[in-house]
Amino acid sequence: MFAFIVRRVIQAIIVMLIISFLGFALKQNVGDPVREITGISVSVAEREAIRDKLGLNDPFFTQYFRFLKGAVLEGNLGQSFFYKKPALEVILKKAPATLELVFVCSIFIVLLSIPMGMYSAIYPKRILSRIIMGLSTLGVSIPIFLIAIVFIYIFSIQLNWLPSYGRGETVTIWGWESGLFTIDGLKHLILPATALTALMLPLFVRLIRSEMMEALQTEYVKFAWAKGLSPMRIWVVHAFKNTLLPVITVGGVQIGTLIAFTILTETVFQWGGLGFLFLEAVERADTSLLVAYLIFVGIIFVVVNTVVDIIYGLVNPMVRVTGRK
Amino acid sequence: MRLWKKFKNSYALYSFLRDPVAMGSFIILSVLALSAFGAPIIAPHNPYDTTTINIMDAELPPVWQEDADPSFLLGTDAQGRDMLSTMLYGMRVSLVIGIGATMLQAIIGIILGLISGYRGGKIDSFLMRMADVQLSFSTLMVAIFLSAIFQALFGVAAFERLAIPFLVLVIGIAEWPQYARTVRASVLAEKKKEYVEAARVIGLPSRRIMWRHILPNTLSPILVLSTVQVAHAILSEAALSFLGLGMPITKPSLGSLINSGFDYIFSGSWWITLFPGFLLVLLILVINLLGDFVQDVLNPKLYKG
Repeated sequence: MFAFIVRRVIQAIIVMLIISFLGFALKQNVGDPVREITGISVSVAEREAIRDKLGLNDPFFTQYFRFLKGAVLEGNLGQSFFYKKPALEVILKKAPATLELVFVCSIFIVLLSIPMGMYSAIYPKRILSRIIMGLSTLGVSIPIFLIAIVFIYIFSIQLNWLPSYGRGETVTIWGWESGLFTIDGLKHLILPATALTALMLPLFVRLIRSEMMEALQTEYVKFAWAKGLSPMRIWVVHAFKNTLLPVITVGGVQIGTLIAFTILTETVFQWGGLGFLFLEAVERADTSLLVAYLIFVGIIFVVVNTVVDIIYGLVNPMVRVTGRK
Repeated sequence: MRLWKKFKNSYALYSFLRDPVAMGSFIILSVLALSAFGAPIIAPHNPYDTTTINIMDAELPPVWQEDADPSFLLGTDAQGRDMLSTMLYGMRVSLVIGIGATMLQAIIGIILGLISGYRGGKIDSFLMRMADVQLSFSTLMVAIFLSAIFQALFGVAAFERLAIPFLVLVIGIAEWPQYARTVRASVLAEKKKEYVEAARVIGLPSRRIMWRHILPNTLSPILVLSTVQVAHAILSEAALSFLGLGMPITKPSLGSLINSGFDYIFSGSWWITLFPGFLLVLLILVINLLGDFVQDVLNPKLYKG
């Protein structure tokens, strides 16, 4: 088991090194920091002096290791060109907005996908199950930005019930800028969170349904029926409990998809979070911020994946033996 | 002639004719594809020809609404382009990118999958590890990052000029692991069969065994995957274009049309964004439904789950 964990952690570190290397290479090839600092009215000789002082004439790998050292020891991911602040600071300031969105969305998903998936697995022939499955086929076919646009059109423009963009009023609690505690903030949250849920939901409903159907076919469930246990107990305690593990692990790995979709949702709703920041950085050619975002998301992603894998390995011995899912 | 007879008696055609959903989807898809690729002939206006566009025609509503111009059936967009024509041209761009990217994925994926499955050992575990890592990043995220990086490296102007090949490349690179995995899995199954052993015994080179003997037998999962992947690639392209990382508005795809129309939805011009949106959903939906059908026919066992 220990060897398995070590192997996974080493792998995570290698992935992080590759990401940081790509990011750094990108940073090296785009823009000239000396020109950003000096402007145009500085002589070539002076520029060379600054260049030398900043260590920009060092070999590529020396610079890369310096960047890596700064990033690991001080959390220094460089300066954002546009905000004129450390990129990490800018990112951390925007992170709560995205985290709140993801948090509310995951509550919706848990509350909706489990009953829907279980129901359509237990009664696959009923009309309601067919409706659920039909909607989830449709949901896979609709791009999220379109769902979001239709929501805005119906609920903000036609009915004028809900605001269409921004986070609304926020309150600061222990340095965490939150929109969860004001009515205005919650109102602003409804549409983006619903749109994001509508997109992630079909995936989970389908997953829970297929896992649950498989579990219902197993011998031990048949035995439980034969024993005369109550249906509720068989469904929830016997069958559903055993579908949870794959659902959790697959769900954990979906974080990459979730990040991609927050970028789209936040763009439509002008939600001041990380995804919006990322697109602004692309538009402003703020490479430094772009690279910092890449590395930040990479870290979150790799950590979540590694933890999920290790949990999976802890629970399921087969993974440890073969070393792969 | 014999081929035709074989096709006429095949199980695929038999079940196709008894599946109204598949037939309906196929007809709709054919109509959409024909009108997209025949856009220069069918479309009433040419949205690429700037001399025919009049800015005074901008934001005209569809014909069934008030103050519409009957020569613009579905209204016009913010630049005065006819919506119907622009959508047809846009769908052509979407389809070209979708199919092109799927072909690129298939080429990369099949080559790597074959090598990895047939050779096994170190190459196999390296390639599959790579596929795992990339797949776990979610293809859309990889595609978004790749095009952001391309745009930063080459500048917006170059990106706009080369948008189609860039997008094909980005989506192709982002999704190859799907093919590689599928191909590898069926290669592993085929490799153990007797005909491969026989081919090896008579001393055929392994390249020939891989391409001429094993590959044809892995085609049905590849076909199943391809329908899904085309839909996926079109969706990815639309998402990228919507983010402004894809097709420029001068040569719009459906995604960039939706994006450009989104700015005008607040002033009441819903048709600029919702018409291309519905077209996109329709296109994806029929491809997905056909994909379900193909999967059902070629692999009844897999479908049950």
